[in-house]
Amino acid sequence: MRKSDPLLSLFALLAGLFLWTLAGSTRSPQVAAERLDPVRRLVSELGLSDPALFTEARYTRHLSQADLHSAFQDHPMALEHFPSGSLLAPPRPGAHGRGE
Amino acid sequence: MGWLRRQRYLLDFILASLLRRKGKNLGLLLVYSLIVFMLASVMLFTHALKREMGLVLQASPEIILQRIEAGRHALIPEDYLQKIGRLRGVTARKGRLWGYFYDPAVRANYTLMVAPERRLADSEVIIGSAIARTRGIGPGDYLTFRAHDGEAYSFRVRELLASDTELFSADLVLMSERAFRISQGVTEGWYTDIVLSVSNPLELEKIAEKLTLRLPDTRPILREEILRTYDAIFSWRQGILFVLLLGAILAFVIFAWDKASGLSAEERREIGILKAVGWETGDVLRMKFWEGAILSLMAFLLGYLLAYLHVFHASASLFEPVLKGWAVLYPAFRLTPVIDGLQVATLFFFSVFPYVVATIIPIWQVSVTDPDAVMR
Repeated sequence: MRKSDPLLSLFALLAGLFLWTLAGSTRSPQVAAERLDPVRRLVSELGLSDPALFTEARYTRHLSQADLHSAFQDHPMALEHFPSGSLLAPPRPGAHGRGE
Repeated sequence: MGWLRRQRYLLDFILASLLRRKGKNLGLLLVYSLIVFMLASVMLFTHALKREMGLVLQASPEIILQRIEAGRHALIPEDYLQKIGRLRGVTARKGRLWGYFYDPAVRANYTLMVAPERRLADSEVIIGSAIARTRGIGPGDYLTFRAHDGEAYSFRVRELLASDTELFSADLVLMSERAFRISQGVTEGWYTDIVLSVSNPLELEKIAEKLTLRLPDTRPILREEILRTYDAIFSWRQGILFVLLLGAILAFVIFAWDKASGLSAEERREIGILKAVGWETGDVLRMKFWEGAILSLMAFLLGYLLAYLHVFHASASLFEPVLKGWAVLYPAFRLTPVIDGLQVATLFFFSVFPYVVATIIPIWQVSVTDPDAVMR
């Protein structure tokens, strides 16, 4: 056995795994759709508008429903103190056009 | 065949040379893979999450109508359902009741919601899995809320919402309309907001326009806006994470550049000897190209595959603190592996190409000079 044989086998294995992840991705749209069916049914039944990712404050829990047009969410001069809030994108002009 | 054998001999030689400086090269491989791992994790995570949000939120209401009072979201009277009148394209309309509840026992915010389709008794609730986990309760147990008037109400947990819906249902408490109105103090004739179903998406803009004309104190939120909000949020978060990583990336670039371009006296002597024993400039360049390519390719593959495992099989647990913030309830969710080929290609190009180039240029400078001058 030559010195480079284990290295080449390792490369072949890693490249194989890499291609497998890419192939898995092209297969998965249908799988994803099927897996998401119960979530879509729940969202449609309850009319949910936001994921439960940021549950720390009401305006981070339902970002799409928050009062984006009021500068201070809690009271005048309230500083944004929730970590999620500080990571939020400022609204893009036109993205939340209606009502603001 | 001859060419292939030649490359194999070169590989054997490079491997021996890399193993001679084992500690240094393994250290480089480790740091390199770690940087690729972080960048790939952010890319895979945000892309998969964005896609999942896009797919699921397609099922959210076409229009949500909020009433605005003094610039803030307020309860909407029931007669607004009539005031909307007949609007061409609107197939259904209904008032929704939902709100928040802060549970001081576990310091968590719940989302209370009325779910008429579930036909819940007034003393029953259905809760999300994250609440059950945090409170340590299950079906048949009781959940007690302190109502708006100070009274305590106990509800029997009828069932838990399916754990595969946790990304959207982690903090939900579903209850009957009467239980919601009594415990939250929302009197008859008022709703939290109104949802409208529209069959033709092309009519959404027009309907929203008509709604704001008929009910000037309302704000219609279209499904497209919800989708845009989440698309923008995850792009922004990915950007923020990249900015935070920038320091680490720059440190690595300096380290790699220094390692790849600054040749040590030992390496110079090695090249001098190789040339003196008959290696051509092309051979030396080829050897160094393979050396750079092996290291960077290995780092890319290792970093990417570890990121894949982290995001799709370990629930991206390293990002949990960033997304969770101060929240107590956090959904346990598994993303479907969806990979953006262009993103991976970009990552590949920027992680492999610069390192290989940085290795070759200084070697070329040394290898074109006279071996005698190099060795002196």
